[in-house]
Amino acid sequence: MTNRTAIHDTFRIDRHFGAAPERVFTAFADPDAKAKWFGSPAGKKEDEAFDFREGGRESVVSVFDDGTRFGFYATYTDIVPGERIVYTYEMTMNGERISVSVVTVEVRAGAAGGTDFAVTEQGVYLDGLDNSAQRRQGTEALMDALATSL
Amino acid sequence: MFAALSDGSRRTMVDRLSRGPATVKQLAEPLTMSLPAVLQHLRVLEESGLVRSEKAGRVRTCRLEPAALQQAEQWIADRRAGWTARLDRLETLLEEGES
Repeated sequence: MTNRTAIHDTFRIDRHFGAAPERVFTAFADPDAKAKWFGSPAGKKEDEAFDFREGGRESVVSVFDDGTRFGFYATYTDIVPGERIVYTYEMTMNGERISVSVVTVEVRAGAAGGTDFAVTEQGVYLDGLDNSAQRRQGTEALMDALATSL
Repeated sequence: MFAALSDGSRRTMVDRLSRGPATVKQLAEPLTMSLPAVLQHLRVLEESGLVRSEKAGRVRTCRLEPAALQQAEQWIADRRAGWTARLDRLETLLEEGES
Protein backbone atom coordinates (compact mmCIF):
# COMPACT_ATOMS: atom_id res chain seq x y z
CA MET A 1 0.00 0.00 0.00
CA THR A 2 1.38 3.38 -0.94
CA ASN A 3 1.02 6.34 1.35
CA ARG A 4 0.67 9.39 -0.93
CA THR A 5 2.44 12.40 0.48
CA ALA A 6 4.43 15.31 -0.91
CA ILE A 7 7.03 16.91 1.35
CA HIS A 8 8.83 20.08 0.21
CA ASP A 9 12.27 21.13 1.24
CA THR A 10 14.99 23.59 0.25
CA PHE A 11 18.60 23.46 1.26
CA ARG A 12 21.70 25.40 0.27
CA ILE A 13 25.34 24.43 0.70
CA ASP A 14 28.10 27.03 0.41
CA ARG A 15 31.72 26.12 -0.22
CA HIS A 16 34.96 27.89 -1.00
CA PHE A 17 37.33 26.13 -3.38
CA GLY A 18 40.97 27.09 -3.92
CA ALA A 19 40.61 26.37 -7.65
CA ALA A 20 39.54 29.00 -10.18
CA PRO A 21 35.83 29.28 -11.14
CA GLU A 22 36.49 27.94 -14.66
CA ARG A 23 37.84 24.70 -13.24
CA VAL A 24 34.93 24.30 -10.83
CA PHE A 25 32.48 24.92 -13.68
CA THR A 26 34.30 22.41 -15.88
CA ALA A 27 33.88 19.79 -13.16
CA PHE A 28 30.13 20.05 -13.87
CA ALA A 29 30.26 20.60 -17.62
CA ASP A 30 32.76 17.95 -18.71
CA PRO A 31 31.50 14.35 -18.56
CA ASP A 32 34.91 12.84 -17.72
CA ALA A 33 35.59 15.42 -15.03
CA LYS A 34 32.11 15.05 -13.56
CA ALA A 35 32.30 11.25 -13.50
CA LYS A 36 35.21 11.49 -11.08
CA TRP A 37 33.22 13.03 -8.25
CA PHE A 38 29.47 13.31 -8.87
CA GLY A 39 28.16 9.78 -9.01
CA SER A 40 27.60 7.35 -6.19
CA PRO A 41 30.81 5.33 -5.73
CA ALA A 42 28.83 2.17 -5.06
CA GLY A 43 26.82 0.13 -7.50
CA LYS A 44 26.72 -0.75 -11.17
CA LYS A 45 25.74 1.98 -13.63
CA GLU A 46 23.19 1.65 -16.43
CA ASP A 47 21.45 3.92 -18.96
CA GLU A 48 24.10 6.61 -18.71
CA ALA A 49 23.65 9.77 -20.76
CA PHE A 50 25.25 13.21 -20.54
CA ASP A 51 24.23 16.13 -22.73
CA PHE A 52 25.38 19.37 -21.14
CA ARG A 53 23.41 22.08 -22.93
CA GLU A 54 20.15 23.88 -22.26
CA GLY A 55 17.42 21.32 -22.89
CA GLY A 56 19.97 18.50 -22.75
CA ARG A 57 19.49 15.51 -20.50
CA GLU A 58 21.67 13.57 -18.12
CA SER A 59 20.77 10.18 -16.70
CA VAL A 60 22.20 7.27 -14.79
CA VAL A 61 20.63 4.28 -13.08
CA SER A 62 22.69 2.90 -10.17
CA VAL A 63 22.10 -0.78 -9.43
CA PHE A 64 23.09 -1.90 -5.96
CA ASP A 65 24.17 -5.37 -4.84
CA ASP A 66 20.70 -6.16 -3.52
CA GLY A 67 19.17 -5.30 -6.89
CA THR A 68 17.73 -1.93 -5.86
CA ARG A 69 17.78 0.49 -8.80
CA PHE A 70 18.11 4.23 -8.26
CA GLY A 71 17.45 6.35 -11.34
CA PHE A 72 18.69 9.93 -11.80
CA TYR A 73 17.12 11.84 -14.72
CA ALA A 74 18.10 15.48 -15.17
CA THR A 75 17.35 18.21 -17.71
CA TYR A 76 19.59 21.26 -17.98
CA THR A 77 17.44 24.37 -17.98
CA ASP A 78 19.83 27.31 -17.71
CA ILE A 79 23.56 27.39 -18.38
CA VAL A 80 25.72 30.50 -18.04
CA PRO A 81 29.26 29.32 -18.80
CA GLY A 82 31.61 29.78 -15.86
CA GLU A 83 28.83 31.17 -13.64
CA ARG A 84 25.60 29.26 -13.26
CA ILE A 85 23.84 25.99 -13.96
CA VAL A 86 20.16 25.32 -13.27
CA TYR A 87 18.76 21.85 -13.81
CA THR A 88 15.75 19.84 -12.79
CA TYR A 89 15.98 16.20 -11.93
CA GLU A 90 13.88 13.33 -10.75
CA MET A 91 14.96 10.32 -8.76
CA THR A 92 13.34 6.93 -9.02
CA MET A 93 13.70 3.85 -6.90
CA ASN A 94 12.93 0.60 -8.71
CA GLY A 95 11.10 2.66 -11.32
CA GLU A 96 8.97 4.57 -8.82
CA ARG A 97 9.43 8.36 -8.65
CA ILE A 98 10.65 9.42 -5.21
CA SER A 99 11.55 13.08 -5.75
CA VAL A 100 11.61 15.96 -8.21
CA SER A 101 14.05 18.82 -7.66
CA VAL A 102 15.39 22.08 -9.02
CA VAL A 103 19.13 22.52 -8.50
CA THR A 104 20.94 25.84 -8.87
CA VAL A 105 24.74 25.78 -8.99
CA GLU A 106 26.41 29.17 -8.60
CA VAL A 107 30.10 29.73 -9.19
CA ARG A 108 31.91 33.04 -8.78
CA ALA A 109 35.43 34.31 -8.18
CA GLY A 110 36.23 34.68 -4.49
CA ALA A 111 37.30 38.08 -3.15
CA ALA A 112 40.68 36.65 -2.16
CA GLY A 113 41.01 34.22 -5.09
CA GLY A 114 39.56 30.78 -5.62
CA THR A 115 35.87 30.17 -6.05
CA ASP A 116 32.82 30.95 -3.96
CA PHE A 117 30.44 28.13 -4.66
CA ALA A 118 26.82 27.50 -3.73
CA VAL A 119 24.39 24.74 -4.59
CA THR A 120 20.70 25.13 -3.76
CA GLU A 121 18.29 22.25 -4.07
CA GLN A 122 14.52 22.74 -3.95
CA GLY A 123 12.67 19.49 -3.96
CA VAL A 124 9.41 17.67 -3.49
CA TYR A 125 9.84 14.25 -1.89
CA LEU A 126 7.25 11.66 -2.77
CA ASP A 127 6.48 8.63 -0.72
CA GLY A 128 6.00 5.01 -1.63
CA LEU A 129 9.35 3.50 -0.75
CA ASP A 130 10.33 0.08 0.41
CA ASN A 131 11.90 -0.31 3.79
CA SER A 132 15.28 -1.81 2.98
CA ALA A 133 16.22 0.94 0.60
CA GLN A 134 15.02 3.55 3.06
CA ARG A 135 17.21 2.06 5.69
CA ARG A 136 20.23 2.00 3.47
CA GLN A 137 19.77 5.60 2.46
CA GLY A 138 19.34 6.65 6.05
CA THR A 139 22.48 4.83 7.02
CA GLU A 140 24.49 6.30 4.19
CA ALA A 141 23.30 9.75 5.15
CA LEU A 142 24.37 9.07 8.69
CA MET A 143 27.78 7.91 7.64
CA ASP A 144 28.27 10.85 5.31
CA ALA A 145 27.27 13.20 8.07
CA LEU A 146 29.69 11.48 10.36
CA ALA A 147 32.55 11.59 7.86
CA THR A 148 31.92 15.30 7.46
CA SER A 149 31.86 15.94 11.18
CA LEU A 150 35.18 14.19 11.86
CA MET B 1 25.14 6.28 17.60
CA PHE B 2 27.87 8.49 16.13
CA ALA B 3 30.34 7.04 18.62
CA ALA B 4 29.52 3.58 17.34
CA LEU B 5 30.30 4.79 13.83
CA SER B 6 33.43 6.71 14.74
CA ASP B 7 35.56 3.71 13.80
CA GLY B 8 36.45 2.85 10.20
CA SER B 9 36.02 -0.90 10.69
CA ARG B 10 32.57 -0.43 12.20
CA ARG B 11 31.58 1.86 9.35
CA THR B 12 32.69 -0.86 6.92
CA MET B 13 30.53 -3.35 8.81
CA VAL B 14 27.49 -1.06 8.79
CA ASP B 15 28.03 -0.30 5.13
CA ARG B 16 28.00 -4.04 4.38
CA LEU B 17 24.85 -4.53 6.49
CA SER B 18 23.13 -1.64 4.75
CA ARG B 19 23.04 -3.91 1.68
CA GLY B 20 21.41 -6.77 3.57
CA PRO B 21 21.93 -9.18 6.49
CA ALA B 22 25.33 -10.85 6.79
CA THR B 23 27.05 -13.48 8.90
CA VAL B 24 29.92 -12.53 11.19
CA LYS B 25 32.24 -14.34 8.77
CA GLN B 26 30.99 -12.22 5.88
CA LEU B 27 31.40 -9.07 7.94
CA ALA B 28 34.96 -10.02 8.79
CA GLU B 29 35.99 -10.75 5.20
CA PRO B 30 36.91 -7.23 4.07
CA LEU B 31 38.55 -6.41 7.41
CA THR B 32 42.12 -7.26 8.29
CA MET B 33 41.50 -8.22 11.91
CA SER B 34 40.90 -11.23 14.10
CA LEU B 35 37.44 -12.69 14.61
CA PRO B 36 37.40 -11.68 18.32
CA ALA B 37 38.15 -8.10 17.27
CA VAL B 38 35.26 -8.23 14.80
CA LEU B 39 32.96 -9.55 17.53
CA GLN B 40 34.02 -6.71 19.79
CA HIS B 41 33.14 -4.15 17.12
CA LEU B 42 29.84 -5.95 16.60
CA ARG B 43 29.07 -5.63 20.29
CA VAL B 44 29.62 -1.86 20.15
CA LEU B 45 27.25 -1.64 17.19
CA GLU B 46 24.64 -3.75 18.99
CA GLU B 47 24.87 -1.63 22.11
CA SER B 48 24.30 1.49 20.02
CA GLY B 49 21.05 -0.01 18.74
CA LEU B 50 22.24 0.17 15.13
CA VAL B 51 22.70 -3.55 14.64
CA ARG B 52 20.94 -6.68 15.85
CA SER B 53 22.29 -10.25 15.59
CA GLU B 54 20.81 -13.72 16.01
CA LYS B 55 22.57 -17.03 16.38
CA ALA B 56 21.19 -20.06 14.58
CA GLY B 57 23.29 -23.13 15.21
CA ARG B 58 26.88 -22.01 14.74
CA VAL B 59 26.10 -19.09 12.49
CA ARG B 60 25.47 -15.60 13.84
CA THR B 61 23.57 -13.39 11.39
CA CYS B 62 23.64 -9.61 11.75
CA ARG B 63 21.23 -7.04 10.40
CA LEU B 64 20.66 -3.32 10.68
CA GLU B 65 17.83 -2.06 12.84
CA PRO B 66 15.33 0.03 10.88
CA ALA B 67 16.18 3.67 11.25
CA ALA B 68 13.90 5.72 13.44
CA LEU B 69 13.75 8.73 11.17
CA GLN B 70 10.71 9.46 9.07
CA GLN B 71 10.91 8.48 5.44
CA ALA B 72 10.90 11.94 3.91
CA GLU B 73 13.30 13.30 6.49
CA GLN B 74 15.66 10.52 5.58
CA TRP B 75 15.52 11.34 1.91
CA ILE B 76 16.15 15.02 2.56
CA ALA B 77 19.01 14.27 4.93
CA ASP B 78 20.39 11.87 2.35
CA ARG B 79 20.19 14.42 -0.44
CA ARG B 80 22.01 17.02 1.61
CA ALA B 81 24.61 14.51 2.81
CA GLY B 82 25.01 13.33 -0.77
CA TRP B 83 25.95 16.84 -1.86
CA THR B 84 28.32 17.22 1.04
CA ALA B 85 30.10 13.99 0.15
CA ARG B 86 30.20 14.92 -3.54
CA LEU B 87 31.62 18.37 -2.88
CA ASP B 88 34.27 16.80 -0.64
CA ARG B 89 35.27 14.56 -3.55
CA LEU B 90 35.24 17.54 -5.93
CA GLU B 91 37.43 19.56 -3.59
CA THR B 92 39.96 16.72 -3.35
CA LEU B 93 39.97 16.41 -7.12
CA LEU B 94 40.48 20.14 -7.65
CA GLU B 95 43.34 20.20 -5.17
CA GLU B 96 45.02 17.22 -6.82
CA GLY B 97 44.81 19.01 -10.15
CA GLU B 98 46.71 21.97 -8.78
CA SER B 99 49.80 20.08 -7.68
